[in-house]
Amino acid sequence: MVQLTLPRNSRIRAGKTWPKPEGVSNPRKVRIYRWNPDDGENPRLDTYHVDMDSCGPMVLDVLIKIKSEIDPTLTFRRSCREGVCGSCAMNVDGINTLACTYGHDEIKGDIKIYPLPHMPVVKDLVPDLSHFYAQHASIMPWLETTTNRPGKEWKQSIEDRRKLDGLYECVMCASCSTSCPSYWWNGDRYLGPAALLHAYRWIVDSRDEATGERLDDLEDPFRLYRCHTIMNCAKTCPKNLNPAKAIAEIKKMMVERIV
Amino acid sequence: MSYMTDRKRAEGHGSAREGTRRHWGMTKSSVALAFLVPAFVFTFGPMLGRPHAEVVAHFAQPFPAIVAALMIVVGLVHFKNGIQMVIEDYVHGVLREYTVILTTCLCYGAVAAGLFAIASIAL
Repeated sequence: MVQLTLPRNSRIRAGKTWPKPEGVSNPRKVRIYRWNPDDGENPRLDTYHVDMDSCGPMVLDVLIKIKSEIDPTLTFRRSCREGVCGSCAMNVDGINTLACTYGHDEIKGDIKIYPLPHMPVVKDLVPDLSHFYAQHASIMPWLETTTNRPGKEWKQSIEDRRKLDGLYECVMCASCSTSCPSYWWNGDRYLGPAALLHAYRWIVDSRDEATGERLDDLEDPFRLYRCHTIMNCAKTCPKNLNPAKAIAEIKKMMVERIV
Repeated sequence: MSYMTDRKRAEGHGSAREGTRRHWGMTKSSVALAFLVPAFVFTFGPMLGRPHAEVVAHFAQPFPAIVAALMIVVGLVHFKNGIQMVIEDYVHGVLREYTVILTTCLCYGAVAAGLFAIASIAL
C-alpha cells in the first residue's frame, strides 16, 4: 500500500531558533527544513529572523542572506538566479516553485521553505533528482531521424515551430512532477509531467522521424496513463507551462492510432 | 542494496504497449453513461416505493428493462476499469494483482446477478 505517513526517522521536529538580530527595523521569520545525513538526527525546522530592509526581493535572496550572514551550514542549490536553470526549485509557502523568481512579498505570515516533496533528500533543501533525470533521458530528448542529414539544416515552417511554444521552455526544475500525487505514489513507473511534456515536445516536432517509436515507448498503463488530470503540474509550474495539456495531447495521439 | 543505475531503474521492464484500449474503453463508457444515467433515473426512479405488481409490470416493458440492463452492464464495466485504476494507484506489490482479480470477479458477478434479475422480471 502507499505510505501515508512519514517513517519515524523522517518526522520533522522543532529545530533551532536563531536569535533576532539587534537594531533591525523590519525582521521577518523564516522557517526552513534542515536535515543532515551525517548527524543521524531527524529532520528539523529551524527558525531565522531576516532583516527584510537589507534583503533582495526574492526568496532566493532570503536564503543567500541567511547563508551569508546567519548560518553558513544551510544547504541549497542555486545557479542562474533568473529562472533559467531550474536549480533552486523548492517548496515555498506550500507551492513548488523557483526560489529565484518567487517574491517573498507574495507570502503572508512566516516564510516556510521545504525541499521538493516526496523526493529523497540529499541535505537540507537539496533533493535527489537522479531518478527524475533518468526518466527524462529515457524519453530520448533529442531529434531522432533516419533520413540523411541535409546539407545545411533541418527545415521547419513557422507554423510547425510554433507548436513547440509552451513546451521547449521547460527548465526541468521538477516542480511539476513533485507536485503530482500520481508521481508520489508511482514515481518509479509513472514518467511524471515533466518527462511527458518533454516527450510531447519531441513527438510534435515536425523534424523528428521517430514519432511511432516514441508513442510505442509511452504506451503503458503506468508510464503515461497514471495522469488523472489532477492539474497540480499546471498550477505549480514556475514557467506557466501546462504539462497536463501535453499529456492529454499524447493520449489523443494514442487513440488516433487505434480508432 | 542494489547497484542498478538510475537509467536501469527508469526503464524498468520497458513499455507494456498497452493502456490505450483501456483508456479508449473508459472514454466510450463515460459517454454512454452520460446518456444512460438520466434514462435510468427517469425509468427506475418513479418505481421507487411502488407496489410489487406495478414494478414488475413496468420492468416487463422493453424500454425500462433494456435501459436497466445496459445501465448494469456499462456502469459495472466502467466501475471495474475505474476501480482497477484506483487499485493500481494505491496498492503496490502482489496485493495489487490479487485485488484487481477480486474486484473484477465481483463486478462481473454483479453484472450476472443484475441481468438475471431483469431477465426474471422481463421474460
